[in-house]
Amino acid sequence: MTTPSMAQRAANGPVLRLKEITKRFGPVTANEDVSFDLFPGEVIALLGENGAGKTTLMNILFGQYTADAGEVELFGATLPPGAPRAALDGGVGMVHQHFTLADNLTVWENITLGVEPLFQMRLNSSAARARIRSLSERFHLKVDPNAKVGRLTVGERQRVEILKALYRDARILILDEPTAVLTPQESDALFATLREAIGQGLSVIFISHKLHEVMAISDRVLVLRHGRLVAERRTAQTSRDELASLMVGADVKPARFAPNAAGPALLQLQGVSTPDNGAAPRLRNVTLDLAAGQITGLAGVSGNGQAALSDLISGLITTQSGQIRIHGREIGAWSPRKAVDAGIARIPEDRHKTGTIADFDLTENAILETYSTRFARRGWLDWRAARQFAKDLIATYDVRCPGPDTRIRLLSGGNMQKLILGRVLELAPDIILANQPVRGLDIGAVTYVHEQLAKARARGAAVLLISEDLDEIMQLSDVIHVISEGRLSPGFPRGSQQPEDLGAWMAGHGFDTMTAEGPHAP
Amino acid sequence: MDILDILLSASFWAAAIRIASPLIFATLGELICERAGVLNLGIEGIMVAGAFSGWIAVWAGLPLWGGVAVAMLTGMAFGLLHATLSVPFGLSQHVVGIGLTLLATSLTFYTYRVVLPEVSSPPKIEAFQPYEIPLLADLPLIGPALFSQTPLTYAAFLLAAICAYTLYRTPVGLAVRAAGENPSAVAAQGLSVTAIRMGAVITGSGFMAVGGAFLTLSAFDSFFFDMVNGRGWICIALVVFGAWRPGKAVLGAILFAAFDALQIRLQQTAIGALVPYQLFLMLPYILSILALVVMSRRAEVPAALMVPFNKGER
Repeated sequence: MTTPSMAQRAANGPVLRLKEITKRFGPVTANEDVSFDLFPGEVIALLGENGAGKTTLMNILFGQYTADAGEVELFGATLPPGAPRAALDGGVGMVHQHFTLADNLTVWENITLGVEPLFQMRLNSSAARARIRSLSERFHLKVDPNAKVGRLTVGERQRVEILKALYRDARILILDEPTAVLTPQESDALFATLREAIGQGLSVIFISHKLHEVMAISDRVLVLRHGRLVAERRTAQTSRDELASLMVGADVKPARFAPNAAGPALLQLQGVSTPDNGAAPRLRNVTLDLAAGQITGLAGVSGNGQAALSDLISGLITTQSGQIRIHGREIGAWSPRKAVDAGIARIPEDRHKTGTIADFDLTENAILETYSTRFARRGWLDWRAARQFAKDLIATYDVRCPGPDTRIRLLSGGNMQKLILGRVLELAPDIILANQPVRGLDIGAVTYVHEQLAKARARGAAVLLISEDLDEIMQLSDVIHVISEGRLSPGFPRGSQQPEDLGAWMAGHGFDTMTAEGPHAP
Repeated sequence: MDILDILLSASFWAAAIRIASPLIFATLGELICERAGVLNLGIEGIMVAGAFSGWIAVWAGLPLWGGVAVAMLTGMAFGLLHATLSVPFGLSQHVVGIGLTLLATSLTFYTYRVVLPEVSSPPKIEAFQPYEIPLLADLPLIGPALFSQTPLTYAAFLLAAICAYTLYRTPVGLAVRAAGENPSAVAAQGLSVTAIRMGAVITGSGFMAVGGAFLTLSAFDSFFFDMVNGRGWICIALVVFGAWRPGKAVLGAILFAAFDALQIRLQQTAIGALVPYQLFLMLPYILSILALVVMSRRAEVPAALMVPFNKGER
């Protein structure tokens, strides 16, 4: 079967049209002014980092979220917002990243759920099962309709999700990070299914941040960054390296701060590997020096071991092999408490989940790491000093809030982040771990956070800046490392690399020659 | 042997089935709520309200089945309150349930005093009488035990069959089971989780109230303040015991009722004279706990039980 030419598709008109979609969650803009068309038989890849707004956009299209502005047109008709039923009836099938299956039901029950009117005397189960069998043969989706979903493997569950869409005669299939949970063999089988579906005239939106898959399956790539559509490429006319740099944003901007002489290495990882926990990638033989007076940037596509490195330095996980040295001394047993005591300031990636306790007030959140040392007097909390500390933080770090007794959940992300910054920077730490410190913040707050990190650097602290935003890394860092699949590139001094070079490392090039030479210290 | 004689007597089994009937109604009601993902701790209070409203309706002149209908509607009204607070508002189901039990119980006592300000003993009504099913009632042992009960007992077993059929063989039952396991699955298929859960809670609460009304309209012929006496809590345990399946839950209710009937009879035997009667009273509860420990280990709890679902939440 030959794919229709672009001209033919355009003549048929788009099956789906997103018009200027904007969605905000509080002060955070998840999608801004996103428009695109999808044509029959076409596969669009929606590429972007975690938090770029891909899933939000698809949830709007599917009616699970309501857009603040803009509209969705399906086969020429406007889709009522916030109604999954309308999207389903219009022929949109969505395979969510987190499967929407009930484990206690069988495959055929999950598939037929909600398809027939609720109030009728019986389910026509034999007809349903026969139809599922024929669909699964046609699309190579091998699964037993009578099996309980709870007993299926992840790959089988995904097949059920796809069958759910096909059972309702979906004309548009949306797959949200479909291969994130699959083995390579299962991914290949999925691609075979998708090709079959496209051959039968379905259109597909494929959400991913895995570049090789995007290259393999799509006709067109749309790149989302910070909720905006920043680039569109025909897959045949682009490359992995180009997509990598588009995804993380690689407009070359000059470094923001004057060079600073590197001091001694304050934190050293020597050939460190972390245990395999089955989910996130582990660190593999990582060697890294954080020098005093330097910002060390860690670039990379998310999910490549950043979390493991951050957890390791925070004391949340320990090494499997290799050594950690702080101020040149090897550390013994490692724990979050030890990390705090060693003077490591931690700005965690998720300020809501691990950075603060939502229902504690500002004072309590301000002393989370120091309540047992600085604010304890003979075993009692010194509330007067704690409140004064919180007041000082509010003033010094410009935290906009009613006062130190405000519950922190009422603060915006930026103000929450300022409090966290203040909490750790007030202790004048030597080593600062800043994991995605500006994610989700507005421009003003971003600038403020960056200035504070620069101040700490000028004071002689060693800063590790982890970010998925290459712009940010290139503007702030004295030394840049790239992480890919748990491996760390050598450190590149500022200005020595072009974004495309870093993009190649992010896409996984260069590590093999490096490991052949043994672990590389910058 | 005393116990063997008891277990082989028709009157013992007839009592067990009778004691089980209100438990079956209320357990089915709770089961429906929990299958949809809502723990309904209002059950105890709803049973009290059902017992009272059914009885007072008949006392005021309605026919017996009219009393059952009034009880059912009363239960559904309390169910609507529970469902509104726990489903769209997503409030803590523990707090809502306990609160509802306190509210329904107190409101019942208050209404009783308003309607009957000056009576020392509550008036009696003409309760349901046993109805012998032709032919079947003549079977030895089984006949008198199962087939000469009141119509409301037959209704309890019929309801269990209807519930089982609805849950497992109809689209709406499928939707209820899915809503208690993974509400996102229901929403993703274009159904309203809120509507399904509220419907289940309202219907289930109606059944609970009928369970209460069984006490005043069939088991006894009058209303007493403490007549429900923790049966609601037992039903919550029976749902677990029945692994959230109607058939098993009915068996559990009969088993519990059998222990209850047994302990009454044991009190009158030779052993009964030696052992303090309180120990016999404990028997059904102790055996229930043991049975629960054994049975509930393999039970598949609805995964989304007590998890509120908020559409479009990040």
